Amino acid sequence: MARTRTPVVTGWFTGEGDAFRLLGTRCSACASVFFPREDAHCRNPGCGGGDLKEVPLSQRGRVWSYTDGRYRPPSPYVSDPELPWEPRTLIAVELAAERLVVLGQAVPGVTVADLAVGMEVEVVAGVLGEDAETVWTTWQWRPTGSQGVTA
Amino acid sequence: MTGDVAVLGVGMHPWGKWGRSFVEYGTAAARAALADAGVDWRDVGSIVGADTVRGGYPGYVAGATFAKALGWQGARVTSVYAACASGAQAIATARAQILAGLADVVLVVGADAAPKGFFRPAGGDRPDDPDWLRFRVLGATNPTYFGLYARRRMAVHGDTVDDFAQVKVKNAALGALNPYARYRKRVTAEEVAASAVVADPLRLLDICATSDGGAALVLSSVEFARRHGAAEAVRIRAVSTVTPRYPTTVLDLPDIATDSAVAVEPAPETFRASIARTAYEEAGLGPEDLSLAEVYDLSTALELQWYEDLGLCGAGEAAKLLREGATAPGGRIPVNTSGGLASFGEAVPAQAIAQVCELTWQLRGDAGDRQIEGARVGVTANQGLFGHGSSVIAVR
Repeated sequence: MARTRTPVVTGWFTGEGDAFRLLGTRCSACASVFFPREDAHCRNPGCGGGDLKEVPLSQRGRVWSYTDGRYRPPSPYVSDPELPWEPRTLIAVELAAERLVVLGQAVPGVTVADLAVGMEVEVVAGVLGEDAETVWTTWQWRPTGSQGVTA
Repeated sequence: MTGDVAVLGVGMHPWGKWGRSFVEYGTAAARAALADAGVDWRDVGSIVGADTVRGGYPGYVAGATFAKALGWQGARVTSVYAACASGAQAIATARAQILAGLADVVLVVGADAAPKGFFRPAGGDRPDDPDWLRFRVLGATNPTYFGLYARRRMAVHGDTVDDFAQVKVKNAALGALNPYARYRKRVTAEEVAASAVVADPLRLLDICATSDGGAALVLSSVEFARRHGAAEAVRIRAVSTVTPRYPTTVLDLPDIATDSAVAVEPAPETFRASIARTAYEEAGLGPEDLSLAEVYDLSTALELQWYEDLGLCGAGEAAKLLREGATAPGGRIPVNTSGGLASFGEAVPAQAIAQVCELTWQLRGDAGDRQIEGARVGVTANQGLFGHGSSVIAVR
């Protein structure tokens, strides 16, 4: 039986393959961008407040920093306690156009040895985990290879 | 100075993993602080408790919980929560009451009973809570953020993992001298390097543990202290509890992203630097006036970050300051003379209060083998989840 593919959070990303994008919102009055999305009020204290419209974020950015999790994170992170914990790499990525930093998991197989601050990465669709009925989808960062990988 | 309040008494319950209730630790610390102050609990006009989310419902109303344990006597009560900055908010609340004339003597208490392993968010399915989301969506524990900051320092400033290890070596040597510390053994750089990686580039001995512990202060007006025969008491001259300014540029716990700087140019100083600057301005003092500092070394690398945020050195110069020995006993500005979180582990609502206990002992000349000669001015610095600044300046 096919499991349903469901985003782990609603409204934070959209699309498949090359069309995959993170979704934020942009204030129509001051142009501030928000991720995770703000849908009620602009958080710029100097802004009178405008409509917040959904906007796709840049697909590519540069590594601000990175680390990994060598130990199993606690709940509500979901992992199979029957399986050994496989370390996950996390990357904080600076998006130049939006001037913000977004944290995400790296695609499976990318370790800290493959990364360097300043390296270009792109956002791709990924799988956070699976259970009996659902494949939980998320965003992941993948080096574009256009900068020298250090490993 | 008219904004001063006096520290009449300080008390702590030793940090550890004792397996008992936070109420017991807090009450023991409170009794110790009252005895140190020479004040009868029944003469305390107000009690402020720093809450612990891990203590269940009584932890959320810590002020009343401690008041009941000490024996109801009708005091005004306040309970505050600001994550790691809870203790500073409790001190700020007590100070405001004293300066407003609402109370002459206020008891401030914080205590925690910490679980084993990583801190985790409260239970339930809560996709509207950023703290829940970072665990659910990313598996981002607190050490994830410490690892990101450490790697960023290595890339931008050239810090090395050995610099980080030397922070642990320094703090462990001081903790060995502190009877309230949980870890009282010296540690070598080799031992740090041999410990397991938790969040690259940080290892187990780079990251602070989670602990049980309790700390308390008896604060009063300067006038009350004079009448009480404590005219020379240590004084709190500044309490900074500021929030960040939009847009933030450093990924802060528990956030998944920073603010966007597209519409508003970020302030030239980071949030952490603004916490210290606010305290300095309130006290009319600067980093050059300090005898010592107690900073929140959640990780070894974060201690180095605080050197720069407190203005002890310029941006990128923290590792050099450490290597020169300036932040060790006998140096220009000793940091974490208590042994820091490296030696205590974090007992969240007690920790910012414990920092002020250490300043008080140092400024009184009562710090025993850890004593910094001629200490006159001390600063604490800390930052609570969700954007809570915390810094206290004490003088004698």
